[in-house]
Amino acid sequence: MKFAVLVFPGLTCDLDMYHAIEETVKQDVEYVWHTEADQLDQFDAVLLPTGTSYGNYLRPGALAKSSPACKQLQAFAESGKLVLGVGNGFHILVEAGILPGGFLRNKGLKFRSTQDTIRVENNNTVFTKEYTQGQMLTLPVANEFGNYYADEQTVEVLKNNNQIVFTYANENTDGSTEAIAGITNEKGNVLGMMPLPERAVEEIIGGTDGMALFQSIMNNRGEQHVN
Amino acid sequence: MTKVTIYVTLRESVVDPQGIATTEALQKIGYEEVKSVRVGKLIELQLDGSEETIEARVNEMCNDLLINKVIEDYRFEIGEVASK
Repeated sequence: MKFAVLVFPGLTCDLDMYHAIEETVKQDVEYVWHTEADQLDQFDAVLLPTGTSYGNYLRPGALAKSSPACKQLQAFAESGKLVLGVGNGFHILVEAGILPGGFLRNKGLKFRSTQDTIRVENNNTVFTKEYTQGQMLTLPVANEFGNYYADEQTVEVLKNNNQIVFTYANENTDGSTEAIAGITNEKGNVLGMMPLPERAVEEIIGGTDGMALFQSIMNNRGEQHVN
Repeated sequence: MTKVTIYVTLRESVVDPQGIATTEALQKIGYEEVKSVRVGKLIELQLDGSEETIEARVNEMCNDLLINKVIEDYRFEIGEVASK
């Protein structure tokens, strides 16, 4: 299986994502710089790391739309191949219209960097099959715009399709709608999440609860999302 | 050259964390009459184009990039820029 870590200017955690693939599933992984993204279709999965794309100017993730890579990414997602965006990568997926919703500044107005308890709301996706339903994970978060917003109608759709994959289990500190921490698109081939599984793949960095996410991708990549 | 001023505000239904914090701060320093603050942003464009096309083009820009309609509303004013 071939993974691309798609890097827009300002994304800083590309190395963490690359390392997570090497550490957990030991597959081919390559950095793809956003101006060289016309070859995306040779990959099986695209990973969008976190950071601060384009300095988070205008809105987090918004200016990524000015890169031709955004169109490539939309086509890649549309084709049914796997896309994972974490942190600012999730912002980019929302701004690109690949996932629904928007992001606001955290309720507490602070950049928050800590470990959160995350509940697996749907273990029946290609990204979460190696977890159990309702499993509690400890995952790092680090963001200033982790406050996911969706209107009632969108939430209804997300719920009906089982697209809400992760929620904040203890405190919903950032103020996300329905305590949402991660969602998929309707097809289930795109996952966006604010917690950072790539920073939880080794005991030495504070935990391994992120490992099963990458193993899920590897073990279940051929399967379609089942609601 | 025309100057367009775009006012971006959070949609009414969206909770504004900056607005809430600012409301509380104003009340704390004695402005108890303040019941609510909403914080938005202002985008100024200077652009070429005829009067007829500018409105449509600016609406397109807002939809394509400048505004996220999930969370934001906007309105804009079109004015002249004095040529030197």
